[in-house]
Amino acid sequence: MSMIHVNTTVNGDEVDFVCDPRETLLDVLRDRLSLTGAKEGCGTGDCGACSVTVDDRLVCSCLMLGAEAEGKSIATIEGMATTEALDPLQVKFIEYAALQCGICTPGILIATRALLAKNPDPTEEEVRYWLAGNLCRCTGYDKIIRAVLDTAKDLRADAGEAR
Amino acid sequence: MPNDTQKISVKTTDFKVVGTTPDRPDGIDKVTGRAKFGADAYAPGMLHAAIYRSPHAHAKIVKIDMSRAGALKGVKAVVTRADFATGLAGENWNILENIMASDTALYDGHAICAVAATSALIARDAIKLIDVEYEMLPHVTDVDKSMASDAPVIRAGTADKSVPAGLGENVVRYHESGHGDIDAGFAAADLVIEDTFKTEATHQGYIEPHACLATLDTDGKGEVWCCTQGHFNVQKVCAALVGTETSQIRVTASEIGGGFGGKTVVFIEPVALALSRKANRPVKLVMSRSEVFRASGPTASASMDIKIGMMKDGRMTAASAVYRMQGGAFPGAPMEFTSMCGFAPYNLENVHQIGFDVMTNRPKQAAYRAPGSPMAAFAVESVVDELCNELGLDPIEVRLMNASHEGTKASYGPTFQRIGLVQTLEAAKAHPHFTAPLAENTGRGISCGFWFNHGGETSVTMALSEDGTVALSVGTPDIGGSRASMGQMAAEELGIPYEDVRVTIADTATLGYNEISHGSRVTYASGLATIEAARDTLKKLCKRAAAKWGIDEDAVAWVDGCAVPSGANAGDFDPLPIGKITRSMGRTGGPIVGHYEATPEGAGVSFATHIVDAQVDPETGKTAITRYTVVQDAGKAIHPTYVEGQFQGGAAQGIGWALNEEYIYGTDGRLQNTIFLDYRIPVASDLPMIDTVIVEVPNPGHPYGVRGVGETSICPPLAAVANAVSGAVGVRMTQLPMTPPHILSELGKKARAKKGGANG
Amino acid sequence: MQYHTPDSFEDAVAIANAATGTTRFLAGGTDVLVQLRADIVTPDDLIDIKHIAGTHDITHNADGSWTIGVAVTGAEMSEHPTLKNDWPGLVEAMDLVGSTQIQGRATLVGNLCNGSPAADSVPAMIAINASIDITNATDTGTATRQVAAADIHTGPGKTSLTKGDVISAVNIPAVQPNSGDAYLRFIPRTEMDIAVVGVAVNLTLEGDTITAAKVVLGAVAPSYVTVTDAANALIGSTLDEAALDALATAASAACNPIDDKRGTIEFRTQVSGVLAKRAAVIAYARAKGANT
Repeated sequence: MSMIHVNTTVNGDEVDFVCDPRETLLDVLRDRLSLTGAKEGCGTGDCGACSVTVDDRLVCSCLMLGAEAEGKSIATIEGMATTEALDPLQVKFIEYAALQCGICTPGILIATRALLAKNPDPTEEEVRYWLAGNLCRCTGYDKIIRAVLDTAKDLRADAGEAR
Repeated sequence: MPNDTQKISVKTTDFKVVGTTPDRPDGIDKVTGRAKFGADAYAPGMLHAAIYRSPHAHAKIVKIDMSRAGALKGVKAVVTRADFATGLAGENWNILENIMASDTALYDGHAICAVAATSALIARDAIKLIDVEYEMLPHVTDVDKSMASDAPVIRAGTADKSVPAGLGENVVRYHESGHGDIDAGFAAADLVIEDTFKTEATHQGYIEPHACLATLDTDGKGEVWCCTQGHFNVQKVCAALVGTETSQIRVTASEIGGGFGGKTVVFIEPVALALSRKANRPVKLVMSRSEVFRASGPTASASMDIKIGMMKDGRMTAASAVYRMQGGAFPGAPMEFTSMCGFAPYNLENVHQIGFDVMTNRPKQAAYRAPGSPMAAFAVESVVDELCNELGLDPIEVRLMNASHEGTKASYGPTFQRIGLVQTLEAAKAHPHFTAPLAENTGRGISCGFWFNHGGETSVTMALSEDGTVALSVGTPDIGGSRASMGQMAAEELGIPYEDVRVTIADTATLGYNEISHGSRVTYASGLATIEAARDTLKKLCKRAAAKWGIDEDAVAWVDGCAVPSGANAGDFDPLPIGKITRSMGRTGGPIVGHYEATPEGAGVSFATHIVDAQVDPETGKTAITRYTVVQDAGKAIHPTYVEGQFQGGAAQGIGWALNEEYIYGTDGRLQNTIFLDYRIPVASDLPMIDTVIVEVPNPGHPYGVRGVGETSICPPLAAVANAVSGAVGVRMTQLPMTPPHILSELGKKARAKKGGANG
Repeated sequence: MQYHTPDSFEDAVAIANAATGTTRFLAGGTDVLVQLRADIVTPDDLIDIKHIAGTHDITHNADGSWTIGVAVTGAEMSEHPTLKNDWPGLVEAMDLVGSTQIQGRATLVGNLCNGSPAADSVPAMIAINASIDITNATDTGTATRQVAAADIHTGPGKTSLTKGDVISAVNIPAVQPNSGDAYLRFIPRTEMDIAVVGVAVNLTLEGDTITAAKVVLGAVAPSYVTVTDAANALIGSTLDEAALDALATAASAACNPIDDKRGTIEFRTQVSGVLAKRAAVIAYARAKGANT
């Protein structure tokens, strides 16, 4: 089995790795780059626990090959907090108890950040449909949705002040 | 799990930390991706394992040929049943037989052998090279069919002594309980309704598949890292199954990505240990999602007959039930819990229930949040709803009239102590949801639910640091935010800030035995143990203060985090804060450590009442849950936000069970929906916000009145949703899940009956 | 498995023709990767076509038609500023495929070539007479032929594509005046399911009267069904109750479904009619200029 050498960017840092062509991006992140924040809940793109962004596009890393990462820019949960502080979404998720077991949380945070980048003022329905591919079995989604809507409100207020 | 009496003084007011909502100690780890779950571990030299599973529902294993797999480059070890302990009996034998078949594949997905290789891909490739020769056997997956006299026999001679003569070989356990004279009760009733109900098996559906990393050295010492609800149980079972002493295996519980009962069970850890022993290297084993569905424990499925008699004013005169539950190819379907829970909400003079535990060619059932109770509530509460409809009575008033209360002789025997069912019904009645107008094609369902809750073996230690902060070690994996509630209870007792307590889930080598995190026992039992360990710690702190002041120990009290002189002759000393005592503890007698070990038995039972609105599209049979309210007695909510989370999570799981979740078997006995695409748990857009009302009727068995809250919340939703849907479509729905094809088919039958009636 | 990244369709064709084992093309990978991960299909050669120029483009041609590159994702179609003004039904149908994450990768061509009779975008493509460019080798090099979208899928897991065929573009015709398309599907949840029934309707009006119609069903037969009787029920009508009822009857009559884990024969047959009516109402409103 010939291995493939891949150069890519993860959370702003240049990295390279060698992988089997069958390895998914999720396999590579977890097993070759030790970034275990993205989780494999299903391996079929149905649960969203492996969510990352690739060139700012939200995807399931279990449904992309590691080899496809060549030249791309990948963002994972490990890059969400800055050196100074947690992302406002991360803070709000803790405050609202928008997580119980926490296995879906990295994927939901990445997905939510992608939503708010695209739509800073989503309705409850828009949040629910955007996150329909992120399964959570603990919370019934209630506190997740509230945390997202409240973060969005705070961010809009901050943006308003900044203007 | 009866509600034993225990004399405890219950504090219900003047809390400083309990009842607040601090951030959970594992919060930052879990929002940054740093929290380490089962599959996140790594060890130098680690191998990856994979398990070969039966593609057949029932087949004799004639021959296992692993030569091609073993010869694959990178494969380092293979194991079969021959690599595990022999001579096991009882449940250990059942567990081993379930995780590694001996001579017969008992269900689709049954493990038959395993490999360890240098990469996960090679391990998967090796599995494809395993050749197993089978001799097909007839199979049965339906509970009623399995009870029939001509059903294929799963394992002759399995039945225990409880089973009456004359039943099929697949009926392996039997339960019967009740009191009064049901015949007289039914004879006295104005209306008796009898109906039959069925529920399909559902899966706990935790998002994290089972995962472990295990090492078993040649000297018999082992290490296991795994996602489990009970690592002490993993330790015990692993030791037995690989044939070593319990203390030689050290088990550390990882963060756990959901369990809901399904991770109380051992599936893969002994396999990884056996492979490690053969390869002499650490072995990581992670289930795929389809393995989780095919081979880890779903719930039992149920077939139930319910009969209830009622007077015109709503008073129940008698109730009886027969519950037939299949729990897969092993004994264990929770039919005794089903039997005991069904009528528990009602104060009945005449009540009788029978349960059958039936084996089929399905995976061994595992606990799922109040195991057995939701099915019973579905059947019983549906009949109560139908009685209310027929007699034109209010569903909450009828339940209030018949509600169990303190002093009621429970349907399953004991007498209830202080309970909160009436309070949940009153709160539901007062909730605006109950009287809100209903939209078109919408029904409103009400249901009560009951769960025992549990205590169990518990051990806690509390070590003080020199700066007066606290390291609290508990042995119950945190499955719902319990580190926060333990920290709160410790801080409350010690009179120190919540932030000064660091809570750790200790491994099996550093703490006494702890029963699994199940039975909604953690906040109750580990909480009680934490409070008692804190009190033990305070006694030791007061003793140091007494020695410093040269007064009697009894003359020192603990107030707001400080030792203070107490009583007339104690003398006049400045309060001595905890930090001052600990700073000098090395010189005043050494480290200060409090601890508590016991088996608390005062877990207070818990009740809930749910209200749900369900809108059904009459043309497609599709149901939308448009409003949901959970009212539940928590005894005392230590962390109210996390209590709400438990209420909401249980409701959401119950909604899934009611509407779309089910195990679908083909005629070949193979599971057809082994991925989340087809095993349809609720997604975010399926649900509304879930309102919660926390009722607090203190449990007399806990120092702060805590009752378990994790499980009761899944008991009412099946029935509540079924009652709402039945109301919306005008047909009594007696089978779960109420999928669109199922509802549309019932609507079609109704329309045809109406037409036929009109014509005839 | 060999992973290839050709930068031209000619190279892709050459690799595909030289391959001797199982070959798969990789665009979004939302089906290929699932099959790979579950060890259902492990290709010997996996040809990633995303490095080929133009595969990511959505082009509005001078004649009003559209060319959609084979690697264009559902999300890119939804985000396109004007495509959905012309063909809202097509864009919605593609948008129904999977989650937000799947939308970030999944493509029209992948949805078509996976061979499922229940793909959401396929009835929508057939209803609007989309065609597919297929490139393959000839004696003198390579050539591209155009095939109707309706002629690709032939049965469960089967397509009419042959060895070396590489799909190189999707052609969407120019929208006619006073026309509207719509697609609806039935799933038990609100998201994340495979269609139990899918119905695409494309209508053209003159005044209030329907002059042209196409009704295509998915998930109710071994392949997609273009229901001529259903179209005839609509043509000449103003979408009155009688026409809608006739449409529903024709749609249900055209079903030849199976009982499976996703739905029953009875259910699929009945709901086909229901959804056909609902989709027709939307398409009609769109043809009248409603922005729905």
